[in-house]
Amino acid sequence: MRKLYHFNGGVHPPQHKSESTRHPIIKPPLPEKLVIPLHQHIGNTAKPVVSKGERVLKGQKIGRAEGYVSSAIHAPTSGTILSIEQEPVPHPSGLRDLCISLEPDGMEEWIELQPVDYLNTDPSTLRNRLRDAGVVGLGGAVFPSFIKLNPSNRKIRTLVLNGAECEPYITCDDMLMRQRAAEIVEGAKIMRHMLQADEILLGIEDNKPEAIAAMKAASGDEMEVVAVPTIYPGGGAKQLIRVLTGIEVPAGERSTDLGVQCFNVATAASVYRAVRYGEPLISRIVTIAGNVANPGNYEALIGTMIDHLILQAGKNEEENVAIMGGPMMGFDLPSVRVPLVKATNCIIVKSEKLFPKRPAPMPCIRCGRCAESCPADLQPQELYWFSKAGNFGKAQEYALFDCIECGCCSYVCPSSIPLVQFYRYAKSEIWAQEREKKASDLARIRHDFRIERIEREKREKAERLAQKSAKAGSEQE
Amino acid sequence: MNSPYLAKTPSVTEIMAKVLLALIPAIAALVWFFGPAILVSLCLASATALLCEAAMLKLRKRPVTPFLMDGSALLTAWLLALSIPPMGPWWLIVTGTAFAIVIAKHLYGGLGSNPFNPAMVGYAVLIISFPVQMTQWLAPASLAQAHLDFSTILHYMFSGSLPSPLDAYTSATPLDTLKTQLHLAKPITEIMTLPIYGKMGGVGSEWVAAAYLLGGLYLLQQKIITWHVPFAFVATIFVFSGIFNLYDPALHAGPFFELAGGATMIGAFFILTDPVTGPTTPRGKLIFASGAGFLTWIIRTYGGYPDGVAFAVLLMNICVPLIDAYTQPPVFGKKK
Repeated sequence: MRKLYHFNGGVHPPQHKSESTRHPIIKPPLPEKLVIPLHQHIGNTAKPVVSKGERVLKGQKIGRAEGYVSSAIHAPTSGTILSIEQEPVPHPSGLRDLCISLEPDGMEEWIELQPVDYLNTDPSTLRNRLRDAGVVGLGGAVFPSFIKLNPSNRKIRTLVLNGAECEPYITCDDMLMRQRAAEIVEGAKIMRHMLQADEILLGIEDNKPEAIAAMKAASGDEMEVVAVPTIYPGGGAKQLIRVLTGIEVPAGERSTDLGVQCFNVATAASVYRAVRYGEPLISRIVTIAGNVANPGNYEALIGTMIDHLILQAGKNEEENVAIMGGPMMGFDLPSVRVPLVKATNCIIVKSEKLFPKRPAPMPCIRCGRCAESCPADLQPQELYWFSKAGNFGKAQEYALFDCIECGCCSYVCPSSIPLVQFYRYAKSEIWAQEREKKASDLARIRHDFRIERIEREKREKAERLAQKSAKAGSEQE
Repeated sequence: MNSPYLAKTPSVTEIMAKVLLALIPAIAALVWFFGPAILVSLCLASATALLCEAAMLKLRKRPVTPFLMDGSALLTAWLLALSIPPMGPWWLIVTGTAFAIVIAKHLYGGLGSNPFNPAMVGYAVLIISFPVQMTQWLAPASLAQAHLDFSTILHYMFSGSLPSPLDAYTSATPLDTLKTQLHLAKPITEIMTLPIYGKMGGVGSEWVAAAYLLGGLYLLQQKIITWHVPFAFVATIFVFSGIFNLYDPALHAGPFFELAGGATMIGAFFILTDPVTGPTTPRGKLIFASGAGFLTWIIRTYGGYPDGVAFAVLLMNICVPLIDAYTQPPVFGKKK
């Protein structure tokens, strides 16, 4: 048995996982329209490379990666480009973003796929392949995977695969591990090769015995499957790395500097498909749960409308209430008429019964439950106090930016204070202030340059005049 | 609505209710050993606290019902009533409670914002302003020369007259007696043979202390409080009184007497554990409670008052911001 480590804090919310794991992953029928946002990843928005009215094939690139931190976007099926316009996207702001709308033709006609033999391909070619295939982290952060697969000169000892899936309701990784264990193992092998890592550790919370068994059966000697204790947020990358390796990755530092890299299991599977078959990331598994008749996991094309998926899960009423992500860290969708994106791991249809409104906040009584539950070992009551008072300097001193916004503090607060919102507010204020400061610094530098230039020109003019008059004077003599 | 969408926690009201519940055994013991006077003073204190709380909330333009229902005012009232002689004139407990709620709590910003434990501020005001009334503790029923019933108690509290002289009902507390007897140069062994002393502390009061301990264990089990404060407070008093008792048993009472006597137990589990006026970090709690234990022992041994819990608490309350600032636990990933 591997020695497991411990992180402080954490909570045990009711799991609600059995509801959506009763039947295998379902492939919903092809929707009538797909709306594919061009910004589905951390980094720069992809640049559209198709035009309105053009016919595209399944897997054809329709948006190319722009700049280094970016990722490509592909047509999830064959059909015609309807428009390239600003459309509503699944973002808490409710703002629109540039999307490509596609009308499927039902032919599912693939582009010509180009598999790669990874063992005989150099890592930089593989990274470009993944960048071109639009592979991003599917755990929710959607960071372009090729960047994380570049070890530079760092020695990666351990590749951690994250199958913990600690948030309630979400079961997409659980079902993926049960049904496609081999793909995950193969993907992990490719990643290990790219990172030149010594070992692969797969952490799965012990509330998923089927997934653990399936992964153990598939992994052979390639990797070690480790059952980790079920505790939220045990699936946070830093928490899982801590539990499996004992290493604590401080905020602002990269785990690779400490010899560890961490990927979600679904990302490993999509790396495998991108390399072994040349398939870009055009679909993902999403859990549809909550107030629906038939909760389950759906392998949906990117760009499928969320309401289409909710309908598949047996909810007919047109209701404008769904959470994207889990109940601890997710957010209210502005509407269910938004497309599924690469980050959409779960949709929870809300109801008053499942998520009763919390009572009005009371003052903080400094009971310290939040500090006991904080997995980052912060003092949330102090951060709350400073954030509320607008004392952002002090909030930073108390490590505001080490907060991972897991929500444990709010979960246990007897005064029902929406603590995380206060931290988000404080962070965004600090960012805004920093931007302003940068802008004003830049303006000041420009101003100084201008003054200097004017001075210099004056000086030069004066010198020229002096020379001229000196010359004239000497000529007169 | 924002994430997290889930919550599992007792509300402030439930927490306060559990603390009130945990006080019931001690109240029962007080009634059993000292008669029903405590019930009258608890009622007076509760009524005063709720009225003052409502009035202050109105004046401060805060919603009255939710804050009145949080139970914090009631808890302050009970803790004060349990800390002062149960049979005083009515205005004694009313003044103390009103001061605690109006001045110590609301003028500092109400629930969650008061730096000093309101009940202990009330106590300090009373013991400084009305020292005579504050020393008239009831004698245990088994030792009192006259019997007390409800009507006598009520009659006394509101009119000040009694069928027998007041002395027939009251006696100095075990800690007070110890102090005066030590001044008379009597050795502890002889003092402890006085009728007011029981097995560990005073007759009756040692059982009240045991009942506070019971209530405190319930709070620990319910995770309303953590072990740090009661442990550090009790251990500090135990260690200091133990060492000095070993050094000179004729001058210093034994550690178990110090734990069972006075306000040690109510202090350890109910007063020092007030979250609002105490530190929040685990190390801070240990420092805070050890400091309070040390001060309590100092005041008892060398100070002018027989007991020192209230002043110890208030003095340590002053230190809380400093203690919190210097005991911040290391953040994840930044441990040395």
